Amino acid sequence: MSYSTTVDHEEHHDHPSGMLRWLTTTNHKDIGTMYLTFSLIMFMVGGAMIMAVRAELFQPGLQLMHPEFYNQLIGVHALVMIFAALMPAATGFANWMLPLQIGAPDMALPRLNNWGFWLLPPAAILLTLPFTLALFGIGDGAIATGWTFYAPLSVQGGIGVDFAIFAVHLLGISSVMGSINIIVTIFNMRAPGMTLMKLPLFAWGWLITAFLLIATIPVLAGAVTMLLTDRHFGTHFFDAAGGGDPILFQHLFWFFGHPEVYILLLPVWGFIPQILSTFARKPIYGYKAQVYSLCAIGVLSVVVWAHHFFTAGMPVPALLYFMYSTMAISLPLAVLFYCWIATIWRGSMTFETPMLFAIGWIILFGIGGLTGLVLADVAADAQYHHTYFVVAHFHYTLFAGGIMGIMAGVYYWLPKMTGHMYNEKLGKLHFWLTAISFNLTFIPQFFLGLAGMPRRIPDYALQFSEFNMISSIAAFTLGLTQLLFVYNIVSCVRGGKKATDKVWEGSNGLEWTLPSPPPYHTFNEQPVIR
Amino acid sequence: MEKISAIASLSQLNRQLGYKLLVIVAMALAFAYGLVPLYDVLCRVTGLNGKTENVAVSAQSRVDATRWVEVSFTSNVMPGLAWSFHPVQSSIRVHPGKIETVTFIARNMANETVAGQAVPSVSPGKASEYFKKIECFCFQRQDLKAGESREMPLRFYVSPDIPDDVKALTLSYAFYSAIK
Repeated sequence: MSYSTTVDHEEHHDHPSGMLRWLTTTNHKDIGTMYLTFSLIMFMVGGAMIMAVRAELFQPGLQLMHPEFYNQLIGVHALVMIFAALMPAATGFANWMLPLQIGAPDMALPRLNNWGFWLLPPAAILLTLPFTLALFGIGDGAIATGWTFYAPLSVQGGIGVDFAIFAVHLLGISSVMGSINIIVTIFNMRAPGMTLMKLPLFAWGWLITAFLLIATIPVLAGAVTMLLTDRHFGTHFFDAAGGGDPILFQHLFWFFGHPEVYILLLPVWGFIPQILSTFARKPIYGYKAQVYSLCAIGVLSVVVWAHHFFTAGMPVPALLYFMYSTMAISLPLAVLFYCWIATIWRGSMTFETPMLFAIGWIILFGIGGLTGLVLADVAADAQYHHTYFVVAHFHYTLFAGGIMGIMAGVYYWLPKMTGHMYNEKLGKLHFWLTAISFNLTFIPQFFLGLAGMPRRIPDYALQFSEFNMISSIAAFTLGLTQLLFVYNIVSCVRGGKKATDKVWEGSNGLEWTLPSPPPYHTFNEQPVIR
Repeated sequence: MEKISAIASLSQLNRQLGYKLLVIVAMALAFAYGLVPLYDVLCRVTGLNGKTENVAVSAQSRVDATRWVEVSFTSNVMPGLAWSFHPVQSSIRVHPGKIETVTFIARNMANETVAGQAVPSVSPGKASEYFKKIECFCFQRQDLKAGESREMPLRFYVSPDIPDDVKALTLSYAFYSAIK
């Protein structure tokens, strides 16, 4: 592919400065920056919550907190990490990079874009406010049902559940708006000559994510709205006495919840091949195969939801169907793994921080995928369900597969976004400390789960003490290590070695044809792709 | 001039596509609410969750005296209802097709009149469609005065069409505080 590019000079627009600039901006780079900043802040907030949880689990018995507060922490930790850290990070990258990668001047619906972001801070406040209210004697704290809102517990819970329901409404509206914007941008705003099969993989990953979001977020919104009316307005969707069914909630929730897993991962699967190709100095291997695999996973992800509650009771044919369809997802995923490895195979690799994160990501996410296959087995799941094995599994997919992928993206694009190189030594240190302490946190949890330690319980049997202590110490290390990440980002934004336009020797794509940092308005004249 | 009109038409196109996508969102929301009746129908048809038809059926005469099915009864009182509730006999052996009567006893321990509604469930799920009730206290809500105790009959038979491999089934009742 060759590009002909015109780079505009900074246009001197009047745009407000200070806080008003950020409140009213419709510029995709500004909004992307806000998404990424918000995500980083919430990542640290969610992390602090789980540090408190690991402190409680440091020893058996109850030392630091009441079980009710423990339950609130684990539930809000998950909601914050999923909806306020991972999803906004992916949306932030989409805002920043999609227009640059497809040669568009901005997102298609800029005002919607601004609105989409500014719904997030109120949602985050709604989620965490009940903690503060409880200090003043109002209510009994945040949602204590875990992030899954299972009825009937959530029907009986305190005001924290209502706060969480409204937070989910706001977060849902925000992601639906973001998704509509991304789909319209990709469909209508591509540079002339950029056909769908020439789209960067990141755009493909996001396109499928966006379709999954607009198809499944409304189901979650519906489910929590039913919960709200059950709680306050006399309906009985999930109340057996009124003809409802609590298991229905599990179906509704996971009809959204399983695609959500892929919503979190597909954007990462999109840009990781670009990073691998950059640092292996080889083109992406199997572009078409990857596109088809991403599509196949998107479709399969909406028809496998019930494997999250095999143990709730289901007829055998349903168990078999959900088991086999879940395992079927590993086929397109294996194609992706093959392509990722083939992309770096015999390449002239260098190991800058983004590449370290990308390679670590392949291995660790692979472990997450394989342990997922174990859980998909109905017979095995009966033992592993609701144990720490599950906790370890989904942290390998969502922390290693999600967050570490995002970190790879941050280091990859940060020089482009800020115009400065980050501190490479600190970046590498951050990678190694993260990778090692992450494994030391969660490998013990696999074994705790196999030995039968249940999740979501603040106390445990004495024989689990040592592994929990190891896990806690590693988790504290993992948490502290992220301060390095924050420091590295902040100092890179403030200054540092000037980054070249191309930044990386092997970088390839429209965004690298622009100056670093790119001017406020780019591609007002769209490039032509031949 | 040409460029301005091109931009205007593009932003119109963008908006149009945006509205079309909004239709998908609305359909997904409707689907969520549509799943509620759909799920209910699916459960009744397949016996998923042990849901049984909660209506009286008429008796039929074919009795399969060559087989026995063990029917066990369990009872639960859900939170918010100050009743005691239990079956008089915990299980009974029946021939498929033969009509049997068993009794449950409920007592209101609150000092006011309380209405309760019993919700049945049959396990294993695949047996639920073969469990036929002729008369049941679960067909309507039960009002118990303060301290009142009541014997509540259940007349049922197990359909002779029940698969041979079902040798035992359990009928569970959960008594809820009735919806006002």
